Amino acid sequence: MTTGRPLAEKVWEAHVVHRAAGGPDLLYVDLHLVHEVTSPQAFEGLRLAGRRVRRPELTVATMDHNTPTVADRAIADPDSARQIATLAHNCAAFGIRLFPMGDPGQGIVHVIGPQLGLTQPGMVIVCGDSHTSTHGAFGAIAFGIGTSDVEHVLATQTIARPRPKTMAVSLDGPAPADVTAKDLILGIIARIGVHGGIGHLVEYGGEAIRALSMEGRMTVCNMSIEAGARAGMIAPDAVTFAYLEGRPHAPTGAAWERALDHWRGLPTDADARYDREVRIDARLLRPYVTWGTNPAQSVAIDDRVPDPETLADDASRDSARRALAYMDLRPGTAMRDIAVDTVFLGSCTNGRIEDFRAAAAVLRGRRVRRGIRALAVPGSMAVKAQAEAEGLDRIFRDAGFEWRIAGCSMCLGMNDDVAKSGERIASTSNRNFEGRQGPGARTHLVSPAVAAATAIAGHFAAPADLS
Amino acid sequence: MNPVRQVTGRALPLDRRDVDTDQIIPSDWLKRIERTGYGAGLFEAWRADPAFVLNDARFRGAKILVAGANFGCGSSREHAAWALADWGFGAIIAPSFADIFRSNGLGIGLVLAELPELDVAQLLAAVEADPTLEISVSVEAREVTVAALRYSAPFPLADSWQARLLAGQDEIELSLTHVDSIAAYESRRSSWLPTLS
Repeated sequence: MTTGRPLAEKVWEAHVVHRAAGGPDLLYVDLHLVHEVTSPQAFEGLRLAGRRVRRPELTVATMDHNTPTVADRAIADPDSARQIATLAHNCAAFGIRLFPMGDPGQGIVHVIGPQLGLTQPGMVIVCGDSHTSTHGAFGAIAFGIGTSDVEHVLATQTIARPRPKTMAVSLDGPAPADVTAKDLILGIIARIGVHGGIGHLVEYGGEAIRALSMEGRMTVCNMSIEAGARAGMIAPDAVTFAYLEGRPHAPTGAAWERALDHWRGLPTDADARYDREVRIDARLLRPYVTWGTNPAQSVAIDDRVPDPETLADDASRDSARRALAYMDLRPGTAMRDIAVDTVFLGSCTNGRIEDFRAAAAVLRGRRVRRGIRALAVPGSMAVKAQAEAEGLDRIFRDAGFEWRIAGCSMCLGMNDDVAKSGERIASTSNRNFEGRQGPGARTHLVSPAVAAATAIAGHFAAPADLS
Repeated sequence: MNPVRQVTGRALPLDRRDVDTDQIIPSDWLKRIERTGYGAGLFEAWRADPAFVLNDARFRGAKILVAGANFGCGSSREHAAWALADWGFGAIIAPSFADIFRSNGLGIGLVLAELPELDVAQLLAAVEADPTLEISVSVEAREVTVAALRYSAPFPLADSWQARLLAGQDEIELSLTHVDSIAAYESRRSSWLPTLS
């Protein structure tokens, strides 16, 4: 009797180029995404060794981390400018397709891949960026790699990795209407912890996941790395195929039919076993706000800042005490009583068209609270164009938001969008680490809907709180 | 990568878990295009606090970092491993390492030794009590030993990693020995898969 296989195992096994006992599998890489920050030393390594890029046509590059989000602004920081120029030079020298600053195809690497139809089910995708897990939303195995591995992929089109364990995270039942994809993943991370996924390829399933759009599924998979997972995946289905059909790099005609046949065979078999299974009742999830300095440190928006002394173990107490000191928060404070200085809407987590639609629905006819700085940064120039075609930019501008051009922006502040020390930010990004958005800055992770409501109220708020 | 058989020396205790790579090396340092010189940015924000352990003269010259679980979580930046090595660390002992950090670290010859949480807690306490305590992390024996404490414990290290560390082997060279398998794989890839040509 043969046993069924999980999605992750099917995709992994289909990419093994070489396997030896006691060693990692050498996997073929279908798509290598490159950006300016983690690639310069890799290209330099190729040059020093006299190597070429094995498959430039399976490689695509964009500029995103250092790029200004104010139109027509030159890069002021000489290091950023040099890094951007280096990518342009390397792509030209090695024959790699680049979407540079100013190009209508430019954007955050994890936003443009899916948008171009380059991200497809069953692929292995890597990038020198931990949020590569985003692409798992299509049923691909996608993970972040370091710069030496970027060089390895450029030279060999393969990546060596030990065989992973598999883990299923099932969100049973429908989620409440006000719970978004961001809340689902924050709820998952709070339950399994920031280390809960170490060594595992996580497959998300269950009714609350199946009900999500592709944009929502990308938000969930994007933050798999915040649970320590090697990758996150969602089985492809009709929603996936509808998103892909007609995109520039999606197959067409007879090839589309053949691809569909293959993709339909990818979902986990009914009798398959995972190394670990976690079930979560989605009906119990709420909109979440982080209070600490890692993405597992969150509470429901209706809740209060926890008291570290009530936590179960020494390490959690120690970590919570340190987090509250950094965040300048007192135990017992209602989340809704915490005022913010800044609202940031964007990033590879929540910088897609649906995120701007969700925020605009809250902002329409309202004004950002006086004194609050509010930034809307589309994840790509195509998202920006789409939002403008729908008139969303007017809603943001009329509400008092700055409407910017595409980039990673204040998610990690490598361009000019850096938060000041002590500044408190409601952010739709993925990491609330100390100093992530600027030295001393205090980040609270939220969904686009909560970010928009918070911008109006001036303190953490859900859309339903607004009169 | 230079070959490494064993790292022996004094240790620095960093009793925190979930140390993320943004703390190890802040993003401002990622604008550089060089591979060296990141030690100056190691734990830049935490080092601003005079009480931070990296500023403690008693631990100066430590070659081994002892830290809490899930060390190196977050961003994929290899710059974090570069910064630790550039500072002078040759090995890190922790209850667990984040996956991407693990491949980045081992890949540049940083020996990562995973020990049970209780053992790490005891090592942290022992090093704090006696900063001159000498610890040895052996790649050859896949073992951490502290002679003064009569302590010795194995740590997991795949055969392939052990061989690469001992030989200082370049992984690209190794993978290119399978170039025929790569070409054979390429010849059977589905024709609908996307390309940018």
